[in-house]
Amino acid sequence: MFNKSQLDAIDELIDSRLMGSGIDCVILMNQAGNTIAEHNIGNTDVDVKAFAALAAGNFAAVDAMAKLVGESEFALLFHKGEKVNVHFSKVNHEMFIITMFNKQITLGLVRLKVDEVVNSILEICN
Amino acid sequence: MALVNVKTKEVQVKIVYYGPGRGGKTTNLEYINKKYRERLKTQMVSLKTHDDRTLFFDFLPFDVGKIKGFQIVIQLYTVPGQVKYNETRKVVLGGVDGIVFVADVQLNQRKRNIESLNQLYENLKTHQLDLFKMPLVMQYNKIDLKNQNIPIIPSRIMQKDLNSHLKAPAFEASALKGGNVIPTLKRIVSMTLASIQDELF
Repeated sequence: MFNKSQLDAIDELIDSRLMGSGIDCVILMNQAGNTIAEHNIGNTDVDVKAFAALAAGNFAAVDAMAKLVGESEFALLFHKGEKVNVHFSKVNHEMFIITMFNKQITLGLVRLKVDEVVNSILEICN
Repeated sequence: MALVNVKTKEVQVKIVYYGPGRGGKTTNLEYINKKYRERLKTQMVSLKTHDDRTLFFDFLPFDVGKIKGFQIVIQLYTVPGQVKYNETRKVVLGGVDGIVFVADVQLNQRKRNIESLNQLYENLKTHQLDLFKMPLVMQYNKIDLKNQNIPIIPSRIMQKDLNSHLKAPAFEASALKGGNVIPTLKRIVSMTLASIQDELF
């Protein structure tokens, strides 16, 4: 469980490093499907609770697939759509971060920014 | 365990409907969704197979008001009941705060009810959780079938089979018609909230 100053720091990180880069929506969540932080630029109408529940299931299924092919995990997932792309990344064994972005941002930039934010969140956790 | 966000003042609570396949877990959530549709902010999510059986889970979140200034969001989940999906059931049980065990009262389901409850106990252990310490409500579903002369297990036998040691509150129910679906829900919500109040506040 995070305290208020940790949550403030995480919100500040997501705002400045991800939302500030033009990402539409960011969800930080735990493996049980509960949302820890939600940021939305306002032009996406996503049912965040349902999305988080499905994402937790998705990650669990992919984890099981990884083990079947001899990997300890697949740390990131990417779904490409016509208008919206979704990038999923593990923060640690308990948390995931999901970013939704449009065609104007490249996957490479998103991965770079998400990696930075993941490392910073881990520092906050510690 | 319930997720408490001290910044947004929100508590997210996870309640899982567990039980043997075709026992009525999804039907419980569908009835709740239909009954409270106007008050629910989000749609029910169901991941089903082509023959309409639960593949991964059903999901239905709703607000139940505030406790000590914290908005309480209850998230209802079902598990897939089919025997082959036990790994999925383990996943859905992650972070669970309360359980409704939906048993099927049809006479030919007696063994499967017991097997499912035993498996629930084992699956919870993989999350370091103890069924005996978990808010739990028993629901003996499909009680209406006795009106169609289908042989059913009397509730005292259901109690003996499933609840003699757990001693959880139990309801006879007819999820299809809504009988005792809401009382079951209210009971598990109140038990779960009481347990997290002790732990969190």
